[in-house]
Amino acid sequence: MLNGVKVIAYGERDGIQGPSIAACLEAAGADVIYQVTECFV
Amino acid sequence: MTGPKVVIKQAAYILAHVPDLVRYGSKPEREIAAGRTELAELEKHLRSFDDAVAYPPNQVFIGNISPDDYADLQEPWHENLLRDKARYGPFGEIMPQDELYGIMKIWDQFDLIDLSPSFTSALNEQLAAHPLITAKDRERLGEGTPQEKIEKKVEKEKSLPLFHRGKLVGCINRAHDNDATLTAHVMLENLLTKVTGILVTRHLVRNASIEPEKIDYLLSCSEEAVGDRYNRGGGNMAKAIGEEAHCVNASGCDVKSFCAGTVLAIIHGAALISAGLFNEVIVVGGGSFSKIGMKFQGHMKHNMPILEDVLGGIAILLSTDDGASPVVNLASTGKHDISAGATAQAIYDALVIDPLQKLEMKITDVDKFAVELHNPEVTLPMGSGNVPLTNYKTIAAMAAMRGEIGREELSEFIRLRGMPGFSPTQGHIASAVPYLGHSLKLIADGKINNTLFAAKGSLFLGRMTHLADGVSFLLEKNSGKD
Repeated sequence: MLNGVKVIAYGERDGIQGPSIAACLEAAGADVIYQVTECFV
Repeated sequence: MTGPKVVIKQAAYILAHVPDLVRYGSKPEREIAAGRTELAELEKHLRSFDDAVAYPPNQVFIGNISPDDYADLQEPWHENLLRDKARYGPFGEIMPQDELYGIMKIWDQFDLIDLSPSFTSALNEQLAAHPLITAKDRERLGEGTPQEKIEKKVEKEKSLPLFHRGKLVGCINRAHDNDATLTAHVMLENLLTKVTGILVTRHLVRNASIEPEKIDYLLSCSEEAVGDRYNRGGGNMAKAIGEEAHCVNASGCDVKSFCAGTVLAIIHGAALISAGLFNEVIVVGGGSFSKIGMKFQGHMKHNMPILEDVLGGIAILLSTDDGASPVVNLASTGKHDISAGATAQAIYDALVIDPLQKLEMKITDVDKFAVELHNPEVTLPMGSGNVPLTNYKTIAAMAAMRGEIGREELSEFIRLRGMPGFSPTQGHIASAVPYLGHSLKLIADGKINNTLFAAKGSLFLGRMTHLADGVSFLLEKNSGKD
């Protein structure tokens, strides 16, 4: 679905963390070029 | 397999109101320096000490209001201040800024703090009324530093000015002229952690009616990085706090894991006692200065007072079994393994489901869950969400998925077994442990039987790993001496 799409994934500590977003998007064919999780509290 | 029972006898909590230090918080300082925020505009949103004391979440934090009663109070809390307010509570106190400057001077061993003579003289009188500051402590205030000398230090020696109600009353000095880890700003962060840690430890010792000489060990879970350029983060804030809290027969060390540090330190302390090494251990967390004013832009945008104007402090007394105080169940603690995964479900599997299963308990066997207890009124205006509610929804959903409650019972589960957040956004202070004092009281009164404390840590912020951390333990009613 996302073949050839380059992705920057920003996760959130109490929501969806970066590694989870990256795993989903990679499974859909995306190229995750950067992923990080932040804490906003 | 575990050793003898370990109990928690007491928990103490303090807040210190620091409106004139908001400008030095990490976020405000950067925004002011970049010209995106006018200091004068920020100052219009600072609260008075009376308003900080009358703010309902702060009164819950020091134990004057129970979380159940808090849930019934009218929101927004910052517009519905309490008429019946008190600086002191059963768990500790809310200290005003001038007195905080005073204890910074008293417990500074390296001439880091200079306060003006007139400010010092007024403080000496004011602190004489404080129940935990002795005459010997007040002698360390000295006579004060001439105002012109303070001005010169600020102008020529990279000292940071200290203001009170907008007026220059002193300064904090660098500890070295060429070491980025000992600048005036870093010393301010570290000294604030230390003095709030000392103050809350003194409250703990008094409230527990224990002689400080009987404490064997202290564990600090504070979020700072004490050290010089060759040992940044070298630490042992625990001993620095213990020294001024008169725990002369104790040693100590630091336990850190971002916000999860406090719960982790409780488990470490309980394990040290259960293993027979020590009888009395204090876990202490001083305030986290860098987080002051972190979400000030959201508060200003919504024309609210800047609510991140208080430092927190927490101290917990762990002890060998007295046959009465609530027990830390060491038969099954939760830990988030490296391979566990980063989803909210994976984290709560590790922190709630797995440890309860080992105890042959269901989620609904837990009377109260203490999770990240950040005050939502602080976080929502900046778009950071209602953190406790998000966590409670996850636990409730897991109970529903396991068939322990019906889907229609989610809200009731959260109302009954959760609570609204009431903690200042102070990292390790906000993570589950603000409820500990209330839980000890409710268990002692027979109103609840247990509480599960679950904390999370944002390890990824240090850019060494993408992993998060998590840790949990169950606090239970004591069934009497074994």
